[in-house]
Amino acid sequence: VSVAAPTSRPLRVLLAKLGMDTHTVGITVVAHALREAGMEVIFSGLKQTPEAVASAAIQEDVDVVGISSLSAGHTRSLPRLARLLHEQGAGDKLLVAGGVIPPEDVPLLTAAGYARIFTMGTDTREIVAYLENWRQQRLTADAAVR
Amino acid sequence: VDLAAELLAGKVAAGARAIRWLDDGDARGRDILRQIFPATGRAHIVGVTGPPGAGKSTLVDMLITEQRARGRRVGVLAIDPSSPFTGGAILGDRVRMSRHALDAGVFIRSMGTRGAAGGLSRATYDAAAVLDAMGYEVVIVETVGVGQDEIDVVALAHSTVIVAVPGLGDEVQAVKAGLLEAGEVFVINKADREGVEQTQRHLELLLHLRAGRAGQGAWQPPLLRAIAARGEGAAAIADALEAHRAHLTASGEFVRQSGRRSEQQFLSLAREAALAQALERATPELLVAVRERRIDPYSAAARLFAAAAGASPPAP
Repeated sequence: VSVAAPTSRPLRVLLAKLGMDTHTVGITVVAHALREAGMEVIFSGLKQTPEAVASAAIQEDVDVVGISSLSAGHTRSLPRLARLLHEQGAGDKLLVAGGVIPPEDVPLLTAAGYARIFTMGTDTREIVAYLENWRQQRLTADAAVR
Repeated sequence: VDLAAELLAGKVAAGARAIRWLDDGDARGRDILRQIFPATGRAHIVGVTGPPGAGKSTLVDMLITEQRARGRRVGVLAIDPSSPFTGGAILGDRVRMSRHALDAGVFIRSMGTRGAAGGLSRATYDAAAVLDAMGYEVVIVETVGVGQDEIDVVALAHSTVIVAVPGLGDEVQAVKAGLLEAGEVFVINKADREGVEQTQRHLELLLHLRAGRAGQGAWQPPLLRAIAARGEGAAAIADALEAHRAHLTASGEFVRQSGRRSEQQFLSLAREAALAQALERATPELLVAVRERRIDPYSAAARLFAAAAGASPPAP
């Protein structure tokens, strides 16, 4: 028998789009899947610059930053976002991306700090499972530190 | 690192982390609150509330711009509902405020209600204290879209803006009695819409009735119009808020309100601590008995608190 603790610690995820494209179907579907999984999803808006996304990620103190990219330009803007977060002391956030990203670009993004690239057609359950697994590992690591 | 010191120096990441701890019920958050308490009580806390679809976020966006033009640093807490089933939430208010993303004088934080009723989230009070201590001169709290009596923001804010819109059907539905009794500044947003005159007359009548009840020297809430999507009406709202703040200061009410907030915080912390203490004594047997309906919940609760009181009598 357990009494529900008076605290809850949902994973906080910033979902954002970089660049000029306005395709929101993918990001919306992902947002709903994460909400269903008990996560807090923060939208920061369309046509965001890496600077604006980094600022939002820090103000919102999210655990995860997820970028949806459906136009070219991700090979510049995504590494730039990663660098900005690192420079501003927010390098502890998990970076993931998804959308139309050619396989040949994945190594570049991985090197820039993106833990996982979800390409087109990824089942949302795979994304949820990945984030939940990451959270579990981090909780374990945190417990070891404290 | 001394997070409280960084926060007091206005460091964004430190404030953001403190709010996260408070939101999560992490004990470290409370230590921070203890340390920053002397630096709180300065900000003008402004509530923005109204029914869903009234354009609250867009109005807040416009108010941020206006306050920045007046040289104020602005903190925003934007509350959206959490799912009562999964605990998850989609927090989209900052989309409408995205043009302030790179303004170092603006801090925007989205919060899920996380089970709290009343239009605020559980940690909204604490988060407002953090923004206050960080030196934001105006702290805007945007509630979830409210129905009838979700007006907790009134107790938190010095000044509450009630946002109404024309054409929500039944005019009484648009702004419920509880909101009317509470607000200090009334705004009819989307004032270019059909039905604005009708909404205006309706609100005027209700405010007139309220003025009749109020004593001499009481604040008379202005009724303003805005088209937030076009940035129209911001100056008048900001003027009204400043006038209300001056009114509160002149009457000593600004300080008294802060005192009442502290009192509320104290009571809510005491309730929480008492509950935690009592639940620590809750035996699994008692809980099982409640679930299996072998004991009624009233007697179970009485027994629990009797045990708690008996075991540790309060110090005189």
